Amino acid sequence: MRLTAPPLVCREAVELVSDYLDGALSRRDRRRLQRHLDTCDACDAYLDQVRATIAASGRVTPDDLAPETLEGLVELYRRFQEES
Amino acid sequence: MSHVERSGWTLRVTRPGASGNLLHVDDTELVARFRGGDETAFTELVGRYHSTLLKVARYYVVGAASAEDVAQETWMAVIRGVERFEGRSSFKTWLLRICANRARTHAVNEHRTIPVDPNPSGATVHASNFDQGGMWRDPPVPFTEFVEFRHDSEALVRQVCEAISTLGDPQRTVVTLRDVKGLSTEEVADLLDLSVGNVRVILHRGRARVRVIVEAATKGTEL
Repeated sequence: MRLTAPPLVCREAVELVSDYLDGALSRRDRRRLQRHLDTCDACDAYLDQVRATIAASGRVTPDDLAPETLEGLVELYRRFQEES
Repeated sequence: MSHVERSGWTLRVTRPGASGNLLHVDDTELVARFRGGDETAFTELVGRYHSTLLKVARYYVVGAASAEDVAQETWMAVIRGVERFEGRSSFKTWLLRICANRARTHAVNEHRTIPVDPNPSGATVHASNFDQGGMWRDPPVPFTEFVEFRHDSEALVRQVCEAISTLGDPQRTVVTLRDVKGLSTEEVADLLDLSVGNVRVILHRGRARVRVIVEAATKGTEL
């Protein structure tokens, strides 16, 4: 006899969202979450928030390359080119 | 440009395109040009990866100055060793591995303890948000429906940028490398000496924390 997994409640569903978006859930958990999302607007909104957060993260550019650092590295590169 | 600095961690919101006409040249081509003595190709690679090197280094060593030393040593190793780079892995993988190895050596010399997620199994959404049956008391609203985000597409990016800066490690480094820098979960695990499963858990907790901070800021509530 195959046991059917019990349906998720919202408190459990939110803990699966990150792995769901990364395609890292087992097939069983993915189905359980999808079934929950089909009928739960609140968790669908939660999923939307996490998706928007990840998308916004991808638009943050960590940019801490100081001009003097770049100049220093280019100087090293030039010196190496001259030596070799 | 928005500039966020907390406990020595810096993230800036900038627009891509500052690197000029090499922006769309891929790494393999840049490495070939750099080997041939093209300084602009080297400059472009530094622009692409220096901040990622600093994030990887900062995970292992104490302080921005040590991280900068590790990043500079990495570039030196690349300048000296690029002739021997055979392209069996991608340039990015090769570069970041050199950096992680050097940072590990620094960490050993500094007797640095690598940060551990303090609460790896707790709930990421506070229990008070749910009723006894585990259903939402106050359902979340998509960020796109908030007025401040609807009228300013960069506002959410600034909020997320600030929220990531407030995370503690290992969440901050994992979220930055995975979601900001776009490395794969496997690459992050390899660079930080974590299992893939561990990276997924830390990432889940970090993303959930960023979401909570953004939501709280939007509602004007204290965390």
